[in-house]
Amino acid sequence: MSARDLAKEQPASFAFNAEYLALAKKVIAKYPAGRQASAVIPLLDYAQRQEGWVTRPAIEAIGAMLDMAAIRVLEVATFYTMFNLSPVGKTHIQVCTSLSCALRGSGEVMKACKDKLGLGAGDITPDKAFSLIEVECAGACVNAPVAQIGDDYFEDLDYASTAKLIDAFKRGEKPKHGSMIGRDASAPAGEAITLTEDPTKPIPKQDLAAAKAAFEKAKAEAAAKAAAPKA
Amino acid sequence: MLADKDRIFTNLYGRHDWRLKGARARGDWDGTKELMAMGQDWIIDEMKRSGLRGRGGAGFPTGLKWSFMPKQESDRPHYLVVNADEGEPGTCKDRDMLRFDPHKLIEGCLLASFAMRAHACYIYIRGEFYNEASNLQVAIDEAYDAGLVGDNACGSGWKFDIYLHRGAGAYICGEETALIESIEGKKGQPRLKPPFPAGVGLYGCPTTVNNVESIAVAPTILRRGASWFAGIGRPNNTGTKVFCISGNVNKPCNVEDAMGIPLKELIEKHAGGVRGGWDNLQGIIPGGASVPILPKSICDTVLMDFDSLRDVKSGLGTAAVMVMDKSADVVACISRLSDFYKHESCGQCTPCREGCGWLARVMRRMVKGDATLAEIDTLEQVTYQIEGHTICALGDAAAWPVQGLIRHFRPELERRIRDYRDAKTRAAA
Repeated sequence: MSARDLAKEQPASFAFNAEYLALAKKVIAKYPAGRQASAVIPLLDYAQRQEGWVTRPAIEAIGAMLDMAAIRVLEVATFYTMFNLSPVGKTHIQVCTSLSCALRGSGEVMKACKDKLGLGAGDITPDKAFSLIEVECAGACVNAPVAQIGDDYFEDLDYASTAKLIDAFKRGEKPKHGSMIGRDASAPAGEAITLTEDPTKPIPKQDLAAAKAAFEKAKAEAAAKAAAPKA
Repeated sequence: MLADKDRIFTNLYGRHDWRLKGARARGDWDGTKELMAMGQDWIIDEMKRSGLRGRGGAGFPTGLKWSFMPKQESDRPHYLVVNADEGEPGTCKDRDMLRFDPHKLIEGCLLASFAMRAHACYIYIRGEFYNEASNLQVAIDEAYDAGLVGDNACGSGWKFDIYLHRGAGAYICGEETALIESIEGKKGQPRLKPPFPAGVGLYGCPTTVNNVESIAVAPTILRRGASWFAGIGRPNNTGTKVFCISGNVNKPCNVEDAMGIPLKELIEKHAGGVRGGWDNLQGIIPGGASVPILPKSICDTVLMDFDSLRDVKSGLGTAAVMVMDKSADVVACISRLSDFYKHESCGQCTPCREGCGWLARVMRRMVKGDATLAEIDTLEQVTYQIEGHTICALGDAAAWPVQGLIRHFRPELERRIRDYRDAKTRAAA
């Protein structure tokens, strides 16, 4: 398990701004009355989006909002690894180094980050512009290697495309996410051999009336068999 | 190879409109009301007859699972929970369904919930899938606006609400009771079973947890008929399946094909073959990180379904095929997976919490060969002390890759240990 703790230096206070407060109220309403604790993960996420990381005052404020002991919110914040418990860079790079990505060169992606930004896993640049971490399986394995930057997945990376991406972020651009080699999502590169037909062609449907009749007949037969006296 | 007309996920690659208009053109939400009018018993019977086995890894028959829910509604509401916490290394099939075919999933949620007498459904999606969650939320909003879900879903008179719940990065939440705990706002630590979720699940109410793919294929099965689905694949291993092929292949991809397709054909036809040719193959993990690796000799002939892979002491799991060619360091690969399980163990059961860390440390030494020959046996013994001794299957999942490595690649482990020892002796002399 990954043991994580809150940062030593903490801000004095936390309050949701109007935008996130409205979102928080909406998300709490998704759950049955008295089950507002279900909203703890979404609210921690909103706090992180607002502040950049999850602070102790935010944990306490969310506990008060959801009628939860602060320790229960702290448990959740430290258990789920997407919550940053200390400040991260403005551009937060999460490189997947799990097996599928490792087999296709996630080491080169990490190396490009080291060369371009001087960052190793867990580091942040002095100007707080970039930070880098290694993550476990990002769930985009056929597009390996992948890196998540902010909310977006950048896929089919190699050393050169990672370096290019970093340059773009340095210039303040918002590069297009998805496959860096230009293929459609998880489709094999090159000419398509599946899903080449028109997808709007009607599919053959079963005769529901006949299906219902067969179902009722089988049910009646089973009932008769169960009711029949044993020979 | 499966024909396009038998493929369920016709927008797997996102080449067409994923929104309601495009989904309807591809046949989604067609006659949903009529399917519901067939009644709960018929739907469950049809799902049973289709032979669909759960697509999340364990392969439990979906129709049977649905039939475990109470037949009468009571003051405890029923829930359907969809497991979209996809995170098994190698697996990325649900992601495409969530972002490109969200209406198949939503329609499946309605039909499954109706069959299990649930008026509410929560879809638990992993937090990292932000853009996927955003597509799915748009689709849910569209379905509400069109009256397909809501107070009178599809005009059937059935009240049905569907909610999206985002997680925040914990592999263990893919375990159904950990997922339920997580929705309740707690750490994702699995619960002891029994009681099973069908009796006591979300908020203490009857709950069924299903994988995205299991639910998303349901509308098509019901529309086309159980016999169509059961006619694909082999008995007890029926239907179509989305396979994820990653690693050392020429064209990694997701593809939907028939269950029971030979592994070699799957890779050569769809993924452009193993890098450097089939003879350059070293080993394949056929079903996601949790199942044991297979050497080339087995990969030559094995079929991709539950029973065939179980017979060779591996498993279909999530059908995530991870290919390692001869350039890959197979010991380092399994060591990487041990690191994964160490990181993802929830810490609740001692054999898993301590055992996964121990496995990871010993595997790192095995990569270098910094061990003794007897330690290979110790390593294997410890995996059996983890397996079956924990609340959930994560302990088993951590043990199996190491067991597979020792079963099929023991000479490689021994060679490394000898080389390391020899190099040390030479250095001393």
